[in-house]
Amino acid sequence: MVTAVTSFGRSGTSDWLVQRVSGVILLVYFLFIAAVVANGVDYASWSALFKQTWVRVFSLMALLSLAAHAWIGLWSVVTDYLTERMMGTTGNVLRISSQLVIALVLFVYVVWGVQVLWGY
Amino acid sequence: MLQVSIYRYNPETDQQPYMQDFQFDTEGKDLMVLDVLEQLKAQDSSVTYRRSCREGVCGSDGLNINGKNGLACITPLSATVKNNKLVVRPLPGLPVIRDLVVDMSMFYAQYEKIQPYLQNNTPAPAIERLQSPEDRAKLDGLYECILCACCSTSCPSFWWNPDRFIGPAGLLQAYRFLADSRDTATDERLSRLDDPFSVFRCHGIQNCVNVCPKGLNPTRAIGHIRTMLLTRAT
Repeated sequence: MVTAVTSFGRSGTSDWLVQRVSGVILLVYFLFIAAVVANGVDYASWSALFKQTWVRVFSLMALLSLAAHAWIGLWSVVTDYLTERMMGTTGNVLRISSQLVIALVLFVYVVWGVQVLWGY
Repeated sequence: MLQVSIYRYNPETDQQPYMQDFQFDTEGKDLMVLDVLEQLKAQDSSVTYRRSCREGVCGSDGLNINGKNGLACITPLSATVKNNKLVVRPLPGLPVIRDLVVDMSMFYAQYEKIQPYLQNNTPAPAIERLQSPEDRAKLDGLYECILCACCSTSCPSFWWNPDRFIGPAGLLQAYRFLADSRDTATDERLSRLDDPFSVFRCHGIQNCVNVCPKGLNPTRAIGHIRTMLLTRAT
């Protein structure tokens, strides 16, 4: 048992499941948006689309999925490459600062996204 | 003449590892890679490698042969040599002790972690613990592993985290005991694997399946472990 306090759900099984489910949500959302864009959009139709509550709920679901998916994926990347084993103490400094930056960016995206969806 | 290039490193005399080239006359025979090494050792006795049974049973001579891990004793030249060149290196990702000999401590430490022995705390029967032919069949494709380390040392996840990711060889054996009807420690075993590293650093790229000299499939075993973990936790 390896302890990890910065992983998304503190459990490999949970992270694995969240990554799979969020991946499916993101796929469906991007297909939906792509279909809308492919049919042609102008300001009026785009604005009318996002006036509907279900579109806002679906968009927020996709945004939260994106944050979870990105955290789990990038956490795997930084704990593979930015480690003490790979580059000594520098690895620890780089890994922890990368995690902070990633967490900050994702947090800002989520809050900003809520503002974009419901604030206008 | 076959061009043979062998990784050489003697920590007592060499500053750095280097590749040494040999010309080798196969006399038209399709030798095994180990035969080539044996004959080169007869020429230059300082060439160092591990070997024991020389027939693919003991798992001592796992080497990186023309870029692919395999057992030197059961890899014929015809299966690996292209453009008349044979490049032999030690298994990747493990510390080199000398020439083609690697330090397998990290590999064995991961194997030890999965507690590779039958655990059953029910009273022992008078003669033996019986198993139905169907339950016994579940161990096929798992018990045959000879721990040659060809799979784990071809796995990038094991290269990056050899101290935290169990690796394909260890996980194949973990599943061998999880699947055994006579073992009663399934829950404890699964609890020890439910972290983000031990099992879940496997991203399913199947390098392990590609190189296994015994034709085993660690990726499938890892999939079964994941299913057991998920079933238990959802």
